[in-house]
This record gives sequence, structure tokens and C-alpha cells, in this order.
Amino acid sequence: MVSENIYKPYKMRIADIREEAPAVRTFRLEFADEAEAKAFNFKAGQFGEYSVFGEGECTFCIASSPTRRGYIECTFRQAGRVTGALADREVGDIVGFRGPYGNTFPIEQWEGKKLIFIAGGIALPPLRCVIWNVLDLRDKYDDVTVIYGARSVADLVYKHELEEWGQRKDMHLYTTVDPGGETPDWKGKVGFVPKVLDDLAPSNANTVAIVCGPPIMIKLTLPILAKLNFTPEQTFTTLENRMKCGFGKCGHCNVGKVYVCKDGPVFTLAQLKELPAEY
Amino acid sequence: MEKKILKKQSLGALFDAIKAGGRRLLGPVEKDGRTTYEEVSSPAELAKDYIQTTTSAKSVVFPACEEIVRWQNEGHDVKVADLKPQTTPTVVFGVRPCDAASFAILDSVFSWDYNDEFFRRRLENTTIIGLACTKSDEYCFCTSVELNPGDTRGSDLLLTPIDGEQYLVEIVTDKGKKLVDAAAKLFTPAGNESKEKVLAKVPVKFDQKKLTAKLPALFPKENAWVDQSLACLGCGACAFVCPACVCFDIQDESGRNGGTRLRCWDSCGFSLFTLHTSGHNPRPVQSQRWRQRIMHKFSYFPERLSHLGCVGCGRCSRACPADMNLVEHLSALVEAADGQ
Amino acid sequence: MEALRKKARELLEGKAAAVVIGYGEGSGGKARAVFIRQPDKAATLILDDRCVQNLAVYLVKNEVKSLGKAAVVAQPSTLRTILQLASENQLTDGLVMALAVNNGQVLELTSFHAIEEYLNTAVPPSEAPGKARGLSAEDRAAVAKIEAMPREQRWQFWVNEFSRCMKCYACRAACPMCYCTKCVIESNQPQWIPVAPTGIGNLEWHIVRAMHLAGRCLNCGYCVEACPVGIRLNLLTQMLTDEIGGDFGAEAGFTAKREYALSMFKPEDKEDFIR
Repeated sequence: MVSENIYKPYKMRIADIREEAPAVRTFRLEFADEAEAKAFNFKAGQFGEYSVFGEGECTFCIASSPTRRGYIECTFRQAGRVTGALADREVGDIVGFRGPYGNTFPIEQWEGKKLIFIAGGIALPPLRCVIWNVLDLRDKYDDVTVIYGARSVADLVYKHELEEWGQRKDMHLYTTVDPGGETPDWKGKVGFVPKVLDDLAPSNANTVAIVCGPPIMIKLTLPILAKLNFTPEQTFTTLENRMKCGFGKCGHCNVGKVYVCKDGPVFTLAQLKELPAEY
Repeated sequence: MEKKILKKQSLGALFDAIKAGGRRLLGPVEKDGRTTYEEVSSPAELAKDYIQTTTSAKSVVFPACEEIVRWQNEGHDVKVADLKPQTTPTVVFGVRPCDAASFAILDSVFSWDYNDEFFRRRLENTTIIGLACTKSDEYCFCTSVELNPGDTRGSDLLLTPIDGEQYLVEIVTDKGKKLVDAAAKLFTPAGNESKEKVLAKVPVKFDQKKLTAKLPALFPKENAWVDQSLACLGCGACAFVCPACVCFDIQDESGRNGGTRLRCWDSCGFSLFTLHTSGHNPRPVQSQRWRQRIMHKFSYFPERLSHLGCVGCGRCSRACPADMNLVEHLSALVEAADGQ
Repeated sequence: MEALRKKARELLEGKAAAVVIGYGEGSGGKARAVFIRQPDKAATLILDDRCVQNLAVYLVKNEVKSLGKAAVVAQPSTLRTILQLASENQLTDGLVMALAVNNGQVLELTSFHAIEEYLNTAVPPSEAPGKARGLSAEDRAAVAKIEAMPREQRWQFWVNEFSRCMKCYACRAACPMCYCTKCVIESNQPQWIPVAPTGIGNLEWHIVRAMHLAGRCLNCGYCVEACPVGIRLNLLTQMLTDEIGGDFGAEAGFTAKREYALSMFKPEDKEDFIR
């Protein structure tokens, strides 16, 4: 942080707003200060505290890739006080940003490996940063597969990017919607994400699985990965928990001996198993 | 450690010298049966006979409410102010050794990777004149958490009343030395005066090392935690009177022209502490929140920060409306551990 | 006391109650709430002047409700609290048993009607153990003094009193009538009351809470006992109790029927305050 005051946010201008799905929006944010923009760096997996001055702060991952400089993006669903206020913002408005906080996806360790990204609904944003990060450094990685599903076609986020990914020759994309969520012209799969994974039955050889989704999806996906012999060390996820400060002082995200904001939000399944179920 | 003698009758002159240096002076003052730290000018205002204050001196370095961001609205723009931390030189007189040791606990969190300058500047500018204990009550348990009634850790000067007339003064830090130098004439060299014979004898009440070692295994024993916490009402009294509790909330307050962001005391005992906007609460029942308090102070703190999150002052137990006596509960946990 | 212990033991052995909520020896010579589930632990029950905590607060706590049918040792203020909670649909008739101790005898009050009858015909509360019956003479004098103050001075009195508040919510936690699953302070859309312990935030919290208790408070005084910094909340709630009593002749906690002055209109209600 440029300021000595660790609580003082960067001033960010909303450069672009994209409606992703009902009540879900992506903001592209640019630093109001040139020098701060130049100095800013982050790694995939990290998050920030985004503020509406007067309403409060909210935790979202940085959903854009660190390879794309000059802006950061966040995707959020309108759910409470701060996200409600954010949803009222317009292009050109000022919001605050503190970050980057947290640990990162260890993408250097993944070089040369196959990567499978499994995401559901509003949980694609935390993985989008690392998917683009990997795609921007495509040569370093073996096969890249993305399995992404939502309740319905309307609920899929990053629809334009899904189209783009679907057309790329250097990755495999499987999109799916829950049974009943398809539209007449839907060309993707129909079925729950864990089922799609099961049908695909990827090999675990030299592969890393990165999973992010609502609790029920995680609960049903992990056994499939176990069945496919993915070890807890080769399975990654990113956690959410109640946060306030974002840097390990306020105590809200403390679970077991871990602070999700400091020691996470990226965890391997092996690390997750050591935590009490208090997140 | 350099030692001096200060006559009790010189305390007034010391206070004058402290205040003449432009410092704010706080001391324990009794009112309506409660003793709290207030601004004082003379020793006559000090509480005569107290074992421990009701609220701690934590608010000197970590106030219940501190402004951390301030802004002004200018049309569509927001001007974020450069807030300067509070640096008023402050002397706190009459801090018990348990409380003195708590500042290091707070500091370990506020300087962990990121430096909270609001806290650190206050701490830098605060001088602690500790007062060793010649008496204790059933709630005290400093000796069970590796402290003792004459411990110098955390004090800049530690005063021990060795008889009715004088204090033995231990100069623990440079900050303490500066204060002594500012009123050098009041201090005489110490001889062989020992503080040991006047210090309170606080028996060890439970095996803390065993507790810390066994807590992870006790974590899943839901029934034990439920039994212990039935009386708990889920208020924040224990956390707020505790000198070592450091968890906080961040709240915005604003008007049309601008606003302020505040860092306020919070408690893991509140049900809201872990509540997600979605409605999911990782700790939905009081037994889990009670467990978190114990685990955080006696298991997670030692593991991550190499020291306990408790100094044995006993305030939580004195203040609890439901009489959740901490020593009783911790002893019961050690016993439960024995059954392993 | 012996009669109480015997009764508690009988109830637990006969499974008429899953838990007896009463008082036991606490620390610092105080009494504390105890939850007796094993018959042989009934011998730890006590009942004397130290037993002031309003145990009805546990009757609306989920963790205690899940233990099963409760028998609660009931001081007069606890009995009135049970009736008030009943009038607000927080308790189910027949599922709470109150144990009233009178002249060495233990009475099992197994219905709200039984409690109503007991309160209206029994030994005057001033003879019942525990001081949990309205204000002490000292506090009454304090109320009179505050009421005699001119408006500005009275306001300043309360500003000063609430300046020590740390927003620990011990007052709310200790109060049986504060059972809302989402308290007004917990609403953030909108944030009705500032969370932070600033002057205005403290005042708003206490004023709103006092208003929410107006006509419902049983004046058990436990809020003051619970407050770590000794704010004299009971004086404010008593003043409101007096107001409601004066305007509507109503007093909380004597019937299980809904008769809350501030949520009902009767044709004979005074209208002289409508100008």
C-alpha cells in the first residue's frame, strides 16, 4: 500500500459495468491515481476489500488476471448492504479498494501440468483470474479444461468469455446448466457439474484440479475427484468467510489456527481437511 | 535492571512532573464501586485499595472506537483524507503486571505483517507505570499463564509498594528511564530492598501447558462445550473488559457531505461475528462461540504467535453477568483432557 | 431450600422435567444460574438473597430450549416475566414449569393460569426471597431526583450515564424480554442505529431499547447487574414503566393474555396527549 494507513483504500473509478446475470455484475476499476496504477501488482487468487464510502466494505477476489495491467475487475452478486450500494453505482463513480490480500494460486508449481477448473454459478469469478492468467501464459501448461455450470442459462456469468473459450483450440470448455435450466437454443450440456465431471472422468496423472462453487456443489464434487484418484494435495479451492480487515487482525475469518485472509483464501484440500468446519 | 526508591509522598510531585512535560496522565479512579482509568492530577484521586480495575487500560492504545478513514464527498468525487494517528504522550499509572503484559499481545496482532499505525503510534507514545500486586483475589490467575504479580514485562517502570512509605522502582525500559530522569530528584538509589516478600501469592490454578496441548483433541467434544456454555448469554462483556482481546469491527458512518470509517471493539461471542450475508453462520450456536474464545486464546494464539492470548487478570470472570468463571471452565477442560 | 432440592430431584427422576434451571453457588460469593439435569446434582441448588438473576432469560434461549421441558426456580420477577413472555407468544402453556418457593414450601406452577393465580393471591413479594422486585428505595429516590430535573439537565444526566457504554450488549443479553432473533441494532439495511460506541450511537441504542421495553419491562434490575460499567438502565426503564402505568393503568407480567398498552387501543384510553 502506498499509504502508511493500512485501512485507507485506493480511489478507483468505475470504468465499465457489465451485467453478467440477474443481480450479478462485473466492475472494471481503474486507479484514480496514475502512480498507484503503475505501482500496483497482484497475483491470481488474491482478493481485496471494495468499499462504497458510507456503506462499508465487501470482500471479493480480484477476478481479472494480473497479466492484464491498468485495471482490476470484480464480479459480485447483490446480496446485502454493501453489494446493494455497489449495484447502484454508475460508470465514473468512485469506489474504494484495499488490497491485494491473501495467498495465491501456486501457478509456478503447476507449470507443465494439466489443469482442470471446476466451477459453479457465482464461483467462476475467483477462478477466472487464474484461468486467464494461465491462458495468457499458455505455453507453460499442458491441457487446460474448464467445467462450468449454473442453475440456468441466464445465471451463467462471463457469457461472452465462455463463447470465446469455447472457440479456442488450446483449451476444453464444458458448460452445463441444471436440468430445467436450459433454453431451447442451449447447445451446452444439461446436468449438474459433479455429474459432468464424473462423465468426463479425467485422468489424475500430472493433473491439478481447482474447484470453486456453492457448498452443495463442492460436497458432491469432491467424492468424484476422490473416485478419480485425485489426491487432496493436487486439489485446490478458494474459500470465502466473513471478513472485515482482510489482513489477519480483526479475527472474523479465523477458523482453527488459520486466518482465511492470510493463510488463504487458496487452500489445498489437504489443508482444508485440517480445518474445523467453521467456515 | 536499575532500581530506585520513590517515597509515596513524592508521588504527587511525580505526577506534577509528568503533567508539566505536557503528558496526559491516567490512573485508576474509584466511583460507585467500580475502578476505571481516568485522567488524574493528584494521587489523592487514585483508588485507594483495588485489586484490579473493572475495565482495562486497553482503550489507551486501542480505543473502543477509532477513526481509521475519513472522506468528503465532492460531487461525484470522493476526497479521502490523510488521517494522522493520535500521538498524545500519555502515562498510565497503576497498571497491574498482568495488564502490562497484555500490550505485547495486542501489539503482536497489530504489527503482524501489516502495521496498524493508529495502534502502534499510541503504544509508542504511552508510558506504563506498573504497580505490582500485594493482594490478589479468587479471580486472579496470572501465575497460571506464565506471569506473576511482580512481573516487569510490559511496564516501563514497575513500582512495588515495599512498605507503607515507599515504592521500589524498577526501570524496565528506556521510556521508563526518561520518565525517571524528568523527575530525577524524587528518586533515590535502591539498596537491597526485595519485592518478593510483599508480592501477592497467587497459586497456580490449572496446568496451562497441558490445556494448550490437549485443546485440539477436545475441540470435537460438542457435549463438553455445550455443558460449559449453557449459562452464557452471548454478550460482549468478557471481550470488552479483557486487556488482550483484540478482535474488531469496521463500520461506516456518513452524512451527505462525507463520512468516517471506524474501527470498533467486537466479540467472537456475538452471533453476528461470523454471519455471512447469505445467512450462513459458521458458528450458529453459543457453545461453538464459547469454544472459539477458549481455542483462540489458549490454542491458536500460541500456535501462530508463540504466546497465549490471556494474561490471567480475571476481569472476564468478574464482569460476566452469568458468572462464566474462566478458571473453573479451563480447569474442567484440563480434567476432561485427563480422561483421554 | 431443602424442599426445593427435593422437588427438583423428584421432577428429574420422574422425568417431569428434563432440566431444572435454578441457582447454585457461584464465584466471588455470588449465586449463578445452574442447569440441573442429573437428579443427584439437585443438591447443589440454593435459594437466598443472592439469587437475583432473572432466570426467565434462559427460557427463550435455543440452546436451553433444546434440552427439553424446563422447570425454573422462579422469583416473583421471573414469574411475571414468564407471563409477559407468554402474552407475547414466546412460551407454550404447559411446557414451562415454574417452581415458586413460599414459606418453605415449593409450589409447582404448571400453567400460566396457575402463575397468574399465585401472583394475585400469594404472599406479598416483599417477603419473597431475593431483591428482584422493582426498585430499591435508593433507586426510587434517584428516579424522583431525575424526574424533578429540568429537561436540559435530565438530558445531560443521561448523556453522561451512557457515555461509559461500550456497546457490549450485556444489558440486552441479560434481559428476557430482549428475545428478538434479529435485534434492531443488527439491521444494516438500513442501519437504524450506529453500531459504534460513540455518544450518539450509545444514546440511540439505549433510547430505542428503552422504548422497545416500555410497558414490557418487569424491572427485575438484571440489566444493571449485567452492565460491566454499571449504567443505571433500570432507572430509565422504571420511568417508562411509570409512564405507561400512569397513562394506561397497565403493568407488565400479571396475565398471560395479550394486553400490551402500546399495541392495543381501548375506547376508554386517555386522549389528552393528542393536541
